[in-house]
Amino acid sequence: MSEAVRLQSPLVGFQLDARADAGVILRERAFCSHLNLRGEQSDPAFAAAIKQVLGLEVPFTPNTTTSAGDQTLYWLGPDEWLLVAAPEQAATLEAALRKALAGQFASVVDISGGQTVVELRGGNARDVLAKGCPLDLHPRAFGVGQCAQSHLAKCPLLLRPLADGFEVVVRRSFSDYFFSWIEDAAQEYGFSVVS
Amino acid sequence: MSAQAKRLDRGGRIDRATPVNFTFNGKTYQGCAGDTVASALLANGVHLLARSWKYHRPRGVIAAGAEEPNALLQLETGAYAVPNARATQIELYEDLKASSVNAWPSVEFDAMAINGWFARMIPAGFYYKTFMWPKSFWTKHYEHYIRKAAGFGVAPVDHDPNRYEKTNAHCDVLVVGAGPAGLAAALAAGRSGARVILADEQAEMGGSLLASTQTIDGQPAAEWVSAALAELATLPEVRVLPRATVYGYLDHNFLTIAERLNDHLPLRARSANRERLWRVRAKRVVLATGAHERPLVFGNNDLPGVMLAGAVSTYTNRYAVRLGDKAVVFTNNDSAYQSALDLHAAGVNVVAVVDPRSNPQGELPLAARAAGIRIIDASVVTEARGGKRISGVQVMGLTANGEVGGSAQALDCDLLAISGGWSPVIHLSSQSCAKAIWSDEKACFLPGKPVQAEVSVGACAGEFTLNAALAGGLAAGAQAAQLADFETGVPATPEVRDPLEQPMLALWRVPSPAKPGRGSKAFIDFQNDVGVSDIRLAAREGYQSIEHTKRYTALGFGTDQGKLGNINGMAVLAEALAQTLPETGTTTFRPNYTPVTFGTIAGRDLGELFDPIRKTALHGWHVEHGAKFEDVGQWKRPWYYPRPGEDMHAAVNRECLAARNGVALMDASTLGKVDIQGEDAAEFLNLIYTNAWKKLGIGMARYGLMLKEDGMIFDDGVTVRLAENHFVMTTTTGGAARVMTWLERWLQTEWPHMKVRLTSVTDHWATIAVVGPKSREVVSRVCPDIDFSKEAFPFMALREGTAAGVAARVVRISFSGELSYEINVNANAARQVWDAVMAAGAEFDITPYGTETMHVLRAEKGFIIVGQDTDGSVTPQDCGMGWAIKKTGDFIGRRSFSRPDTARSDRKQLVGLLTSDPNVVLPEGAQLVKNPNAPIPNPMEGHVSSSYWSANCGRSIAMALVKDGFKRMGETLHAPLGDGRVVSATICKPVFIDPEGAHQNV
Amino acid sequence: MLLITCPWCGPRAESEFSCGGEAHIVRPKDPDALSDAEWADYVFYRTNTKGDHAEQWVHTYGCRRWFNVIRNTVTYEIKAVYKPGETPAGGEA
Repeated sequence: MSEAVRLQSPLVGFQLDARADAGVILRERAFCSHLNLRGEQSDPAFAAAIKQVLGLEVPFTPNTTTSAGDQTLYWLGPDEWLLVAAPEQAATLEAALRKALAGQFASVVDISGGQTVVELRGGNARDVLAKGCPLDLHPRAFGVGQCAQSHLAKCPLLLRPLADGFEVVVRRSFSDYFFSWIEDAAQEYGFSVVS
Repeated sequence: MSAQAKRLDRGGRIDRATPVNFTFNGKTYQGCAGDTVASALLANGVHLLARSWKYHRPRGVIAAGAEEPNALLQLETGAYAVPNARATQIELYEDLKASSVNAWPSVEFDAMAINGWFARMIPAGFYYKTFMWPKSFWTKHYEHYIRKAAGFGVAPVDHDPNRYEKTNAHCDVLVVGAGPAGLAAALAAGRSGARVILADEQAEMGGSLLASTQTIDGQPAAEWVSAALAELATLPEVRVLPRATVYGYLDHNFLTIAERLNDHLPLRARSANRERLWRVRAKRVVLATGAHERPLVFGNNDLPGVMLAGAVSTYTNRYAVRLGDKAVVFTNNDSAYQSALDLHAAGVNVVAVVDPRSNPQGELPLAARAAGIRIIDASVVTEARGGKRISGVQVMGLTANGEVGGSAQALDCDLLAISGGWSPVIHLSSQSCAKAIWSDEKACFLPGKPVQAEVSVGACAGEFTLNAALAGGLAAGAQAAQLADFETGVPATPEVRDPLEQPMLALWRVPSPAKPGRGSKAFIDFQNDVGVSDIRLAAREGYQSIEHTKRYTALGFGTDQGKLGNINGMAVLAEALAQTLPETGTTTFRPNYTPVTFGTIAGRDLGELFDPIRKTALHGWHVEHGAKFEDVGQWKRPWYYPRPGEDMHAAVNRECLAARNGVALMDASTLGKVDIQGEDAAEFLNLIYTNAWKKLGIGMARYGLMLKEDGMIFDDGVTVRLAENHFVMTTTTGGAARVMTWLERWLQTEWPHMKVRLTSVTDHWATIAVVGPKSREVVSRVCPDIDFSKEAFPFMALREGTAAGVAARVVRISFSGELSYEINVNANAARQVWDAVMAAGAEFDITPYGTETMHVLRAEKGFIIVGQDTDGSVTPQDCGMGWAIKKTGDFIGRRSFSRPDTARSDRKQLVGLLTSDPNVVLPEGAQLVKNPNAPIPNPMEGHVSSSYWSANCGRSIAMALVKDGFKRMGETLHAPLGDGRVVSATICKPVFIDPEGAHQNV
Repeated sequence: MLLITCPWCGPRAESEFSCGGEAHIVRPKDPDALSDAEWADYVFYRTNTKGDHAEQWVHTYGCRRWFNVIRNTVTYEIKAVYKPGETPAGGEA
């Protein structure tokens, strides 16, 4: 999209509130490029095409990710992956992937407007997520390199452990609820929103 | 009486240096930090705490924990009120205020105690018998009387000011109970590195050890507890939860824990969260829940001053309370002799120990005898005497064949410690579906063979010695860790010496020396006032199952769930039915172990966070422009946009007129959208929809109806073809997730050979509908690179280009019958495009409209809304939409059209209705009849599904589902309304504007 | 709260799943060849088994895949989990 376009992320309107003593620190990585990929794991051409365009191995192991630079591929299902890349890459990547996957039983769909990336850090990031998410978030069970789709209360989400917190992919229409929920649940720990 | 007059001079775990003032029944008392309300009242010599439920008999504290049936208090008032709090579990805090429940006007003088005089007139089942007739008396008299006479505490009516948290937790080993067995298990498991949660319902961990006089490794037991807790605190993966009741053991090792976070604090010091509900998934569970002592059953065994022997030791040793001056102990086993020794050591005159066994020779009886305590063997207490406090007991001999006889002797006392043996707390084990096993040897139910990944240790497994608890706990903890894949060994058991005991003598009720029907009442379930006679009555009246007897007599139905009384009750029933206890069986233990406050269960699932409020990318604009919102599924959609001074009616009329006469716009982003790709995509749509898709041109759109296999309408929407093998489907707002799951289900389970890929794009695309005769002019300005001429951009076509500089898909489509376009853009840019449309439409007074206007506009054209005009029992034919059904080829639901019921020609069919008075708007849902004066039941002819005021028609319009409606054009039906009016309306075709479709053909 | 092992994602809480009812209800290849009674049997009638019951579940909040579960309707024990088109280990579907 051109520079002239005024964009609004799903979390538009939430005030930044940096607090040093917060146990939960939220940061939005707005406007990332999100592409949904579907293809055949059994077809070697699929992984080859992805690798050719992105330089990334397709994570075939369920609930794992592969990353390079600012691009991450998430396993979503046995024939479904999510690519998150830097802002303003969606159209270029979509075209390149479509071209590379031409003729395959595969699809590439831009969903950049439909979801956003949020990072949760701080000493209580795991505690606040555990209040609404049934996953075992302990590092022994859920470590860097893994990802999982689950829910926080009634909000669907995609989670990825970071070295010092969690990355959460939230659907646009649920982001308001997600934010309000986290803000309320983090009250006992102290809550901060940073840029 | 001076403050804490009954406090022992030394000993106990209370903090004498921190006095705590509190109020009970309006009178101020002082206790100490570390007291419960029960121990503090007892330390002030207060034994009368409550009145019983049915007979309003005086009651005191009988136990020292969760099993307490009597000492229920109304704690605090207003928003912080807690009904039926157990005095034995309320930690004392400054300015605590409590009062008796069930007492009116006061616990000292209870007017309802007269019920006790009429006890024989209100036997078991009295509800069912006495108050049956006449029916009208129920609401007017009986219920009022029963409520007043029988109610427990009063529920708060104010908004609960507390916050409640819920959290999910996972662990390798969950240990329930922090007595000797639980602490040992937590240590053994924790040392392995396993993730351990140790939960105990008390503030202080240690369980029975906190009142024990035994030593462990030569140290006082309490010191071993301190050392164990200190070690657990050093283990990073061990979480210790005091004040935490594991109240539910559910499926697949899922357990629920209510942790009380601030109930022990003065009200003014309470902030943050009151309770936290832990929802724990445990790989292994170690149950170390201990045992409850059973009362003995004899006449007036409910008098204040009659207490369980173990509780007597607890109040004496742990809380340093002098419970009386002259004590009698009545026991059928050795353990209560320890209580006699504890009382003796505390300076209480122990008048005698009464024991039904002959010449008991266990170590504790011998020690009691050596201490000079008189033992009256082969004898029982047949009756207690007293008013608001016990004043003495009557003792008689017990013959070998179990009858009382000989001369009665009277002993004076103000305290009677009783023990009928111990019942393992098998509640959680039973909840986990292990079937309890009766042990004759131990005279109790033991936990059954585990069904889930759990094990019971210590007293709750019927292992009542300290050595067995420690050894069993260590072994179970280590094994649980091993089973959770941790390598560890069993630590050595500390050095402990337990007294040698002799077997108990099962004594479920003391035989009454009085004639049947005479004598004083012997209670089994104290809280529900169920006596021996009530259970026998139930048996005489034919109740043979313990589950039925329970419901008839209310045995075990109190807030204590019969923790003390159930076993005695079953034994009495077994005897009355001349069968064994295992034959009689036990009632089912269900969650919750102790009552859980509603707030804890609700947690954060209330108010704004109860359900997601989903918002579109344009929500902020709608708010800024004064929209009123409507809930559509989880979405907030603008309902209408009132201008200053406008009510809903005026605003909707204005919006409707603008859409048909000028230009209007609506946020349609909530429609579900599914991207469909693959070489079988068109074939897939052929099966999913009722119409044909293969010949749809690229860049063209088509409306589709989706059915379930029963032939009924399930969803609808417009699907566009972007390329040969690429479609985008729209669904209803509320049906989006349902449809996506439905489509995936067919592809994954039924048609895996089809090459179709689906992706939800609902949230990605923002959709702006621009509607009305001036819409072409507006969108032409916003999308300069698209040719909007009639010829270049026909109805039901799609064009790609830009809108306000943003990549856009524009579809010429209409849900209003007017010329209209839907602009789809990346939601991040929605606001920019919406603003551009508003700016381009300014000269035409472009009007934003909401869902109400959308509904009116589509009803004026007779377009259905799935879920409003259909209800899962409506076929396409019923809606007059046979045109949407293809003639050849299969699709979901087609075969059901020829089922006899679906093929009937006189089904309820969708028609229009015009009221005789054009100013009357029928209520939606109104039933229609032929003759409003016909007798009830008046046959229903159908119902109104949609009904509005139409500003464009200048009158009301309605749609209705009417039996055989298509053939009844012109017939008048009547809608009798709840307010007495009868509205007449005439059946017509459901198209009220532009029947030839000229408006959009421009 | 059941613990359900998704064939792809592994053990997850029941709240992530939705149950779709009895499994192995195969859509007739030629619906027109069926009598009304046979068609009704396919559309409306289910076995309502007491005991081991084959069910379809979908990992709604997870990988969104449908799969089959043998669940005992009395004990709630899950005996087997298998993908569409597969048969459960050690038994007939």
